[in-house]
Amino acid sequence: MLRLEKLVKTYKTGDQALKAVTLEIPEGQVLALIGPSGAGKSTLIRCINRLVEPSSGNVFLAGKELTGLSAGALRKERRRMGMIFQEYALVERLTVMENVLSGRLGYVGFWRSFLRKFPQTDVDEAFRLLDRVGLAHMADKRADELSGGQRQRVGICRALIQNPALLLVDEPTASLDPKTSRQIMRLVCELCKERGLAAIINIHDVALAQMFVQRVIGLRLGAVEFDGPPEGLTPEALTTIYGEEDWEATIEKVDEDETEAAQ
Amino acid sequence: MSDIAFDVHMRHGKPWKKPPLIQRPWLRWVLILAFFSYLIAAYMTIEVNWARVYFGLERGKQFVLAFTAPDFTSRSSDIWDGMIESIIMTVASSVVGIAISIPIALGAARNVAPLPVYLICRSIIAISRALQEIIVAILLVAIFGFGPLAGFLTLSFATIGFLSKLLAEDIESMDKVQAEAIKATGARWTQWINYGVQPQVMPRLIGLSIYRLDINFRESAILGLVGAGGIGATLNTAFDRYEYDTAAAILVLIIVIVMALEYLSGVIRARVQ
Repeated sequence: MLRLEKLVKTYKTGDQALKAVTLEIPEGQVLALIGPSGAGKSTLIRCINRLVEPSSGNVFLAGKELTGLSAGALRKERRRMGMIFQEYALVERLTVMENVLSGRLGYVGFWRSFLRKFPQTDVDEAFRLLDRVGLAHMADKRADELSGGQRQRVGICRALIQNPALLLVDEPTASLDPKTSRQIMRLVCELCKERGLAAIINIHDVALAQMFVQRVIGLRLGAVEFDGPPEGLTPEALTTIYGEEDWEATIEKVDEDETEAAQ
Repeated sequence: MSDIAFDVHMRHGKPWKKPPLIQRPWLRWVLILAFFSYLIAAYMTIEVNWARVYFGLERGKQFVLAFTAPDFTSRSSDIWDGMIESIIMTVASSVVGIAISIPIALGAARNVAPLPVYLICRSIIAISRALQEIIVAILLVAIFGFGPLAGFLTLSFATIGFLSKLLAEDIESMDKVQAEAIKATGARWTQWINYGVQPQVMPRLIGLSIYRLDINFRESAILGLVGAGGIGATLNTAFDRYEYDTAAAILVLIIVIVMALEYLSGVIRARVQ
């Protein structure tokens, strides 16, 4: 479904963020991308939808090559890739509904979006998604009135209303408390399953990744150091990714807590 | 822990002082001395004719005393006409100036516009800011003749330099991630500006616009002095006729209107946050 071939990103400063990363993700697979800060995790997912221009290499989304696309064609392909951000990246002064509907911008013309006259099907879908994440009653609140967990749910709705085939998720839980983090991860993974979406999730919390995903990629200094199931993350594997440390406490199996609050 | 050898024991018991801004003491003292000697030399070049000052104090006194009895009535129709003209000039030039400023501000923000557009828009801003209102007004009065048209064009031109520059700076310092998120949805450039950029800079745009309205009104009082219409023309005539009481009345009105605008802008800016 998604294939990266020898993807390289060298920043103007000379830092090589990605060193020929080759990766293939089948339909519907949820994948966690782990690695130390500066390993190139954010760069990797931004190179896929070209928020960062890759220096060389190819990205294929459902057979279509993305790195050579013109601006207009890239816009069309970006609609197929929903993105969820670390600090939610909601437009603070817009309402929750406007934030969700902004996920449809790739599908509607300028005047419709300018006048906020989105097609009824989009509005209905927005309410359905907000209801799915338990925030339908907040539709007319301004985004900056929401708590962190609520904002991230709105961010998820914005990504899903694009009707994507792939989710690019950048540190979804980095600014959330442990319980909300689990709820958000669970929600993302459930929604991927419901809709058969593939997802790449950048995440710092190794234990959290192990709880929810089918496959883990370990990135170090822009190169893939580990690729396998979450059970394969032994202390030795973690040492190759992150460097020497006592890993026993980190990979200790965390009990799956079933206190899933609706809120 | 540290790599560099640093003997903590040597430091014990000694006072600590913030490192000075300029490290080399001789350079520091030379700069301080140079500054003060220039300052004294500069003051000494200003010539004061004390006899003239004594003579002028009398006139100054009359001027100040006129404020105790401002005369609103004897030239009331001139004052009224001048005020109306000034207000029309202010509103018209602010609206036109702001409407032109917004696209130029977008072009002058490096994170929104490509380099060639950026350079063109920055040049327009630089020209508008380099030419002081009075100079522009003198030029435009020469072209269009006396009257409010020259004043209106001057203020519109000055508004562009002011508003575009400050708005462009606000656009440049916006939160990049919010705008990036809109871009990632596959939005067009115009939609990206409308959803990702505009909400972030709107409070600043409104605040600056009201502030500029206030400035344009004050400037309209000055521009009359060079023949560009408005209340300034009335004020100038009053001075020429030594009618300090009428001049005082005009100045009182200007102060009242500026204060009212100041209050209004404070209220509006607090509400749009």
